[in-house]
Amino acid sequence: MRAMVYRGPYKVRVEEKDVPRVEHPNDAIVRVTRAAICGSDLHLYHGMMPDTRVGMTFGHEFIGVVESVGPSVQSLGPGDRVMVPFNVFCGSCFFCARGMYSNCHNVNPNATAVGGIYGYSHTCGGYDGGQSEFVRVPFADVGPSLIPEWMDDDDAVLLTDALATGYFGAQLGDIVEGDVVVVFGAGPVGLFAAKSAWLMGAGRVIVIDHLEYRLEKARTFAHAETYNFTEYDDIVVHMKKITEHLGADVAIDAVGAEADGNLLQHLTSAKLKMQGGSPVALNWAIDSVRKGGTISVMGAYGPMFSAVKFGDAFNKGLTLNMNQCPVKRQWPRLFEHVRNGYLKPSDIVTHRIPLEHIAEGYHIFSSKLDGCIKPLVVPNAA
Amino acid sequence: MTYTPEKPSIAEASDRLRERIPGWGVDLDPSDRPSVPRMQFDPSLSGAHWEFPERQPELWPRERSLEHKFLTPVFGTSCPPRGVSGVLRRHAYKRYSEARAAHWLLLLVADRVDALESHVRSFATLRPDNPITETGVLSEFSHHPVSSRYGVKRADLVHQPLDPIIVLAPWVAAGFATYRSFKLFRRAVTKRSAQA
Ligand SMILES: NC(=O)c1ccc[n+]([C@@H]2O[C@H](COP(=O)([O-])OP(=O)(O)OC[C@H]3O[C@@H](n4cnc5c(N)ncnc54)[C@H](O)[C@@H]3O)[C@@H](O)[C@H]2O)c1
Ligand SMILES: [Zn+2]
Ligand SMILES: [Zn+2]
Repeated sequence: MRAMVYRGPYKVRVEEKDVPRVEHPNDAIVRVTRAAICGSDLHLYHGMMPDTRVGMTFGHEFIGVVESVGPSVQSLGPGDRVMVPFNVFCGSCFFCARGMYSNCHNVNPNATAVGGIYGYSHTCGGYDGGQSEFVRVPFADVGPSLIPEWMDDDDAVLLTDALATGYFGAQLGDIVEGDVVVVFGAGPVGLFAAKSAWLMGAGRVIVIDHLEYRLEKARTFAHAETYNFTEYDDIVVHMKKITEHLGADVAIDAVGAEADGNLLQHLTSAKLKMQGGSPVALNWAIDSVRKGGTISVMGAYGPMFSAVKFGDAFNKGLTLNMNQCPVKRQWPRLFEHVRNGYLKPSDIVTHRIPLEHIAEGYHIFSSKLDGCIKPLVVPNAA
Repeated sequence: MTYTPEKPSIAEASDRLRERIPGWGVDLDPSDRPSVPRMQFDPSLSGAHWEFPERQPELWPRERSLEHKFLTPVFGTSCPPRGVSGVLRRHAYKRYSEARAAHWLLLLVADRVDALESHVRSFATLRPDNPITETGVLSEFSHHPVSSRYGVKRADLVHQPLDPIIVLAPWVAAGFATYRSFKLFRRAVTKRSAQA
């Protein structure tokens, strides 16, 4: 089969690989019909995530058709159209039994601090991902869901990560009616978080980024008020000015490890790998929010330390909520919202990349060329 | 005002928002949201029909965190450790827990070594690494390289020139390593033929 393969930082190609086989009785093999490149994939692509091996196939956002199943699979069979959450999870460990599907203890031998994620380095379990023609899906009775008849494929694929994560991010903000919510990052996760904040009753939604075309999307798609941080000497002071010097009630970090806006932070993390991530947006969030406010961290950070302004968070009495998104838990409600037309995830798709052109897809998305917001990947056979 | 008891009016009225924004407030009740509370005990919800999953066979010694009691019942089988990077990775897992910076730093070093080894190894195949096609830079031509970058206020342009250096560094190193080993090999051969 054809599969995307990592060849070292900034380098990927398509290779011929063996079709994955059932390795556990509850595995399914899924033929991928659509995948996506996520902002998280860029952290791998840039060589930031420890134990990212040459030869690995990335891709944790995908949908497909069941090709075959292991002997203990009861709920799925060949031919079923399925959407697969980006989390690999067992459904029965201490954490899964409590709904913390992103923190499963039974699927990642490499680390106890992280759950399992498809195509996301060995630090996340060493599973090959879905930017490929076929993928192994462990715990087929637990992870995947049938794609509802009425749902569009492009919407379904975004429900496996970006939409669920943005929606979860807004929930972790503990938003109450009338709250001022500021979202850092106008990528897919930030756009969906901003949009979801309204559903939870936000009274004002502000989005910050430096890419004008993404801020434009935040205004039209997410009805947000936007600011380009490069236009302000100090974006934190500006945030205070526009909130009567109170600060926002809630801030959402939808940027993560490669934040720009402070060259020293960016270089020491994204380029020199001396810290787990560049917490520029997180620090801005800490300083922009009001005392007693809440921060929701959706942006991903590596397992090493990062230079976070912990003292400010402490002195301001902030609540910091964060996690990888437990995707499947969001689905029943999100299916309703998509069906009712409150959320239309595929509105943010800008590019469709044939699997064979995966290197170009990564380059365009990574360098933010051509107005790229969300690239989908389409395998040859799909 | 912030310096007096009342909250300043810095947000829009709910009635107006309900009119203006489709779906505004459909998840208004903070207690009625899918991830609230974050931990809800219900082992029947997930669809798992086991208390502890069957174990996937371990086909080669699978590296694992010192903080785990045993190898997890299910695990990924992509890219088993090999070469010098494999030795480094195994050591990082065997010797240091996730709590230790040494664990992660060693894994990062192994990643760089892996890239280097793989480049060198690829020269012995029918498909050597190609930094032009694998970086996708050729897509620049058809995707507005100039207007995407200039005349807009992007904060990342200062460091984008570093990207090619990061790409080419292992390339240059691999070339140098190949050259050195070739020279060593030739010296060994000449020595042997001189002895013969
Ligand atoms: N928690 C989860 O489960 C989960 C799931 C998916 C993605 N993520 C993470 O969310 C983050 C965003 O993902 P994405 O797909 O939207 O990525 P993306 O790269 O498309 O978006 C990031 C955006 O942040 C902007 N940005 C950079 N520095 C900034 C700053 N200082 N202030 C404000 N904006 C800044 C960038 O211009 C870009 O538009 C990533 O770190 C990703 O790993 C987490
Ligand atoms: Zn993702
Ligand atoms: Zn579990």
